[in-house]
Amino acid sequence: MITRWLPAAAQWLQIDWVLLVVGAWLLIGVAGVLALRRLTLVARVLFPLGGAFGLALAGIALSAALSSPEVAVLPIGLPGLPFHFRLDSLSAFFLIVIGSVSAGVSAFAAGYFRKGEGTPPGLLAFEYHLFLASMALVVVADDAYAFMVMWETMALSSFFLVTANHRIVEIQRAGYLYLLIAHIGAISILLCFGVLQANTGDYTFANMRAQQLSPFWASLAFLLALVGFGAKAGILPLHVWLPEAHPAAPSPVSALMSGVMLKTAIYGVLRVFFDLLDTPLWWWGLLLLVVGLATALFGVVFAAVQVDMKRLLAYSSIENIGLLFAAIGLAVLFSAYGMQPMAALALTAVLYHVAGHAFFKSLLFVGTGAVLHATGERNLGKLGGLIRTMPWVAWAMLVGVLASAGLPPLAGFVSEWLLLQSFLFSPALPSAFLNMLIPVVAALIALIAALAGYTMVKFFGIIFLGQPREEKLALARDASGWERIGMAWLVCGCVLLGLFPVQFIALIDPVTRSLIGAGMADTVAAGGWLLVPVAIERASYGPAIFLLGVAASFALAFVLVRTLYHGRLRRAAPWDCGYPWQNARMQDTAEGFGQPIRQIFEPFFRMERELPTPFDTEPRYRVSVGDHFWHWLYLPLARAVERLASAIGLLQQGRIAVYLLYSFATLIAVLVVVKQ
Amino acid sequence: MTWLGVFSQLLEIVAALLLAPLLSGWINQWRAWLQNRSAPGLLQPYRMLHKLFNKESVIAEHASPLFRGAPYIVFGCMALASAIIPTLSTDLPLSPAADAIALVGLFALARVFISLAAMDVGTSFGTLGARREMLIGFLAEPALLMVLFSASLISKSTSLTTIVETLAHRDLGIHPSLALAGVAFTMVSLAENARVPVDNPATHLELTMIHEALILEYSGRHLALLEWAASLKLFAYSCIGLALFFPWGVAEAEAPLALLLAMPALILKLAIGGAMLALLETLSAKMRIFRVPEYLATAFLLAVIGMLVHILLAA
Repeated sequence: MITRWLPAAAQWLQIDWVLLVVGAWLLIGVAGVLALRRLTLVARVLFPLGGAFGLALAGIALSAALSSPEVAVLPIGLPGLPFHFRLDSLSAFFLIVIGSVSAGVSAFAAGYFRKGEGTPPGLLAFEYHLFLASMALVVVADDAYAFMVMWETMALSSFFLVTANHRIVEIQRAGYLYLLIAHIGAISILLCFGVLQANTGDYTFANMRAQQLSPFWASLAFLLALVGFGAKAGILPLHVWLPEAHPAAPSPVSALMSGVMLKTAIYGVLRVFFDLLDTPLWWWGLLLLVVGLATALFGVVFAAVQVDMKRLLAYSSIENIGLLFAAIGLAVLFSAYGMQPMAALALTAVLYHVAGHAFFKSLLFVGTGAVLHATGERNLGKLGGLIRTMPWVAWAMLVGVLASAGLPPLAGFVSEWLLLQSFLFSPALPSAFLNMLIPVVAALIALIAALAGYTMVKFFGIIFLGQPREEKLALARDASGWERIGMAWLVCGCVLLGLFPVQFIALIDPVTRSLIGAGMADTVAAGGWLLVPVAIERASYGPAIFLLGVAASFALAFVLVRTLYHGRLRRAAPWDCGYPWQNARMQDTAEGFGQPIRQIFEPFFRMERELPTPFDTEPRYRVSVGDHFWHWLYLPLARAVERLASAIGLLQQGRIAVYLLYSFATLIAVLVVVKQ
Repeated sequence: MTWLGVFSQLLEIVAALLLAPLLSGWINQWRAWLQNRSAPGLLQPYRMLHKLFNKESVIAEHASPLFRGAPYIVFGCMALASAIIPTLSTDLPLSPAADAIALVGLFALARVFISLAAMDVGTSFGTLGARREMLIGFLAEPALLMVLFSASLISKSTSLTTIVETLAHRDLGIHPSLALAGVAFTMVSLAENARVPVDNPATHLELTMIHEALILEYSGRHLALLEWAASLKLFAYSCIGLALFFPWGVAEAEAPLALLLAMPALILKLAIGGAMLALLETLSAKMRIFRVPEYLATAFLLAVIGMLVHILLAA
């Protein structure tokens, strides 16, 4: 085994290089522990170094995406039970996402972490790089043992990152909830692997691939995987930890959790459904579709009424995860009926959205971090007008907001477009019932996308536009150099993914080919610069031409107006229908902007209102929006568990005589049983 | 890409830019006639644009570059939209760059920018207008998409040129799905273009305005561009309606003569459509803003039912 690692670097396989990067991340983490409180060293050296290794990882994975699978065995862990790793196109795709997104986030983190915010910076660097390393190893793990160890390392390291400010009670509570649901999910995944190995005792993925499960056991494995990975991804009703944990974490960590960690759950789903299980059943797809859409609608409606900027983004992540699950459901449905080209289209939409969401959600989360550090506020109602004091952050966030709202020509639109295309081509499904479902589903997706636009206008408009709602906002300082570099990198990702779908689909093609035996690269490449999923007369989209068209009209209009007329401009007080006494408090608040949504989707919320009476000298209006799931599912469950625990607690008397009595009674009972 | 294609593309953009204000003027004239007022001249919108372009632009002290850029972006979006909708010819080089879904995305992009610009100055009316505009948008956008999908299902394509070609060549007969889609489309386009049951283009009544509240802070050339973009949007919507429901008379590739005929056909169709719009506006009363979601939800449901009918009856 040692000889494997000795030969000259030229003979190394790509997976060896991947493991090397992971090792480097771990070393950076250890260096962080050694330099526990030396902030400059940690921030200016370790984090940028980690970012550079992220880029290197993306580069290695890029070349691995197009080559054949490679395997490696590491003799760590239990004796006779080594870690198996395998780098195939699916792993490589997710490694590209992990590497490239974490590079931007690490660069941002270099300028972000400060002294006096809970955990010392060196320890944060350790947890952060351990988190990155475990995510990278999750997607290359090739046996259940290695997978579970990495999965748990990922959950634990992110738990400690979430609770970085562990002295705040809400953060402790959020961390506890996160850990609890992560473990419910982990148990479910473990059971799923138990079913998949089909009593052979061999937990390698290669063995699981070879097993032919009966429909009952396959469906059981499917359901366990759905619950297990769904808990990590935040699908309904396992979503409750997400809006608590993501805002609690420091912003670069929220960015990684939302942008990258949720995607490892998508990776797990794809790995189990399309790779480890052989042929899917049609009702799996239907279930995924229903769960995904319910999650997406729930997420976007809740996002629209949030008043905390990071909670808003967390709910928006729930929405995107829901869309991803719905698209996976469609791919499963097509694949169950043997319609591989259509399944490839839906799966391409999934993978495209994985990459797109990773970039824009990370960008938005790090942007909120910059706002938070500049103003000390997370509440939308106390922000406003920051585009004038923080132009860098504002313009970068505008790109993220437009991509997140699914607007052309940015990243979010391409995946939405592909997804809607795959719905439109679905009437060829052999079941009449499913055919009727499809238009309804497409309508829901369109509604969700449009609501995302509403939410994002609210998010950007209230934070960055208008007049500052507090006086201290005038003192806000723009992002620092490292933060700008990180954000610029993520902006580039959003723009490039939006403008060059054809080139990027060439990377997705080997993944869909290996998972379902069909790809889109050939048809797409035939269209040149146009994105053509099936044939040019059926549908096409050319984002670069699109952007050129808008930009050319913009420039032409600008030049013509300036040359034919003039460019005179005068600044004056705002007009506002001639009302001179306006102030910042007369703008819409976050609550006000969300009010129409609260009214239209009232049954979704558990609302508590306190209205002032006409005689109040200091009238206060308070409304809180709660989650039905929390109230009707989690609280009763928690109460039942507590009651059960206290009932069991009656046994614990604390007196030795009582315990001796228990032992005696048990002994008698056993004797009686054995005697018969 | 043929020279004829490039020519018809340019012709179409120029025609859209020039005809759009004329269409607004024509509708205003009919509205005035129907309401027993004496009508402004047909060329009034051009005079208005010329006047506004000549005036200096007054903007708020703290307006950001986003505020100044938004009118150009909105105008650019609408110009591109009118370039990709096949009104005169289906042989358009720009058309493959954006299909029906991208067209809806283009309208959404313009809507987001104008709403953001309205929030930029931070006045009470600006944010109010932005909120209402986004409220209408999030219901109208999916409804429009569903209308386009009904046509896509019939022609098995989301490419606008293919849709128009297929619909123009089908046998004369009523598609039940298209009939439902037509009703939904009319309702959506009234809402999207700030016409009477939802908004009143002639109002500055503070509590009811939507579109006017958005552009309240604009003046001079910026306002002119936004007004022009609004009339371009109306033109584009009318053209989508004509392309989906009355697609006859549109020239196809390799037919230079048909291109000559297409222009009078388009003007005739628009003239009739504009008069009908004015009639519709005169006959209906403006709704309270709280009723608008119900109205748009109806349109959305009608469009979805249209798609379901298509799948059930295969018609």
